[in-house]
Amino acid sequence: MNVTRGFTGRPRVADPGLPPGQYDAGDDWPVLSAEVTPELAAADWTFRVDGLVKRPRTWDWEQAHALPGSAYDGDIHCVTGWSKFGVRFAGVSLDAFLDAARPLASATHAVAYAHTGYTAGLPLADLTGGKAWIAWEYDGKPLPAEHGGPARLLVPHLYFWKSAKWIAGIRLLDHDEPGFWEQNGYHERGNPWEEQRYSGD
Amino acid sequence: MFVPPTRFAVPGRIEVSDGGAARWQTATLTEIRRETPRASTFRFAVPAWTGHLPGQHLMLRLTAEDGYVAQRHYSIASAPDDGGHIELTLDHVDGGEVSGWFHTVARPGDRVEVRGPVSGFFAWPGDRPALLIGAGSGVVPLMSMVRHRRARGLDVPLRLLVSARGPRELIYAREFGAETTPVFTRSAPEGVPVGRLAASHVAPLLADGPAGGWEAYVCGSNAFAEHASRLLVAAGQPVDRIRIERFG
Repeated sequence: MNVTRGFTGRPRVADPGLPPGQYDAGDDWPVLSAEVTPELAAADWTFRVDGLVKRPRTWDWEQAHALPGSAYDGDIHCVTGWSKFGVRFAGVSLDAFLDAARPLASATHAVAYAHTGYTAGLPLADLTGGKAWIAWEYDGKPLPAEHGGPARLLVPHLYFWKSAKWIAGIRLLDHDEPGFWEQNGYHERGNPWEEQRYSGD
Repeated sequence: MFVPPTRFAVPGRIEVSDGGAARWQTATLTEIRRETPRASTFRFAVPAWTGHLPGQHLMLRLTAEDGYVAQRHYSIASAPDDGGHIELTLDHVDGGEVSGWFHTVARPGDRVEVRGPVSGFFAWPGDRPALLIGAGSGVVPLMSMVRHRRARGLDVPLRLLVSARGPRELIYAREFGAETTPVFTRSAPEGVPVGRLAASHVAPLLADGPAGGWEAYVCGSNAFAEHASRLLVAAGQPVDRIRIERFG
């Protein structure tokens, strides 16, 4: 351990909800997208599931809203170090879309892509079983554009770069394919509890 | 490689070495220079530094006696060719545990740990015309680019628009040359207008740009980044040639 002379840090708060190396951002919700925030109207938003599925399919805004609603109440964790507690997103569980598209047994991974062209690579197991959502509401209001509105992917158990803003689709694959930040040196899975920030962590 | 079916509007990766990101190494503070009432530059000796490109950042961590660790991402201010040294310019953030330590406790000889450089997304290798727009401490990674161009004697076009509240808050004020236009939002020297970054600053640079256009780099708060990127798009800059680093 390399102790820094004279550094005491913030008062220690035993917080079992805080992954290693993270701090509580409080009321802040930093915006860290690397690209220009797109002007994307709900009426122009679509979401597609394809690749290794039986029935490739595209939903528009109304068709997606006709699926059973689902909410996430919990925490989110950004690889830059902040965590945000007690957030509430609403939308539809990704399972509802995947169930309709019927993934093939050979599908093991997915690339989530945005209407801006942003991509994130994920193991399929991280997107199924009630762990991922397509979210269009935050705290009871429409998701703001700078936070990914009209709709974003939400995978809250992984670092938040996996939760692609302005989500356009998910392609199922039989191999891992690095997305935008994964190509820029970040970890292929990004589990905050194992502090998988960078490739090789 | 998967190519998104939607129009790709995220700038591509710039090739960088990620080798340095794999391990923590000791950085020894050698010098502190005040830049503005709220910002100082901290110079470190990092003998095994693998090098970086202008615009990259690093992760820095401080460790308390009980093992408590605080880590932050910081943009690198210095140019790559600095003989095993790197410089960071840090704002004194209210209540900031890391920046507070740097501004009130740190002195030459102190040792911290760094890991990096990380991320090639915002890097500028010095090979393409660059239009840089920053506000406040958002100028830090852009200054690494300005210094790199100067140190290497590159003739590739580069322009910097930098927004500050007033002359006293303008980081690196003494170092800017003809490539830089400061924009003052609250107070300005005699004869210099006061006001927000506007289309009148951005549009002429695009109209008179280099033949193949600019790569645009925007750095600052989210509010500033949204404002500046909208001005760029309105002035005709393609969205897939705008890189944004937001301070969060």
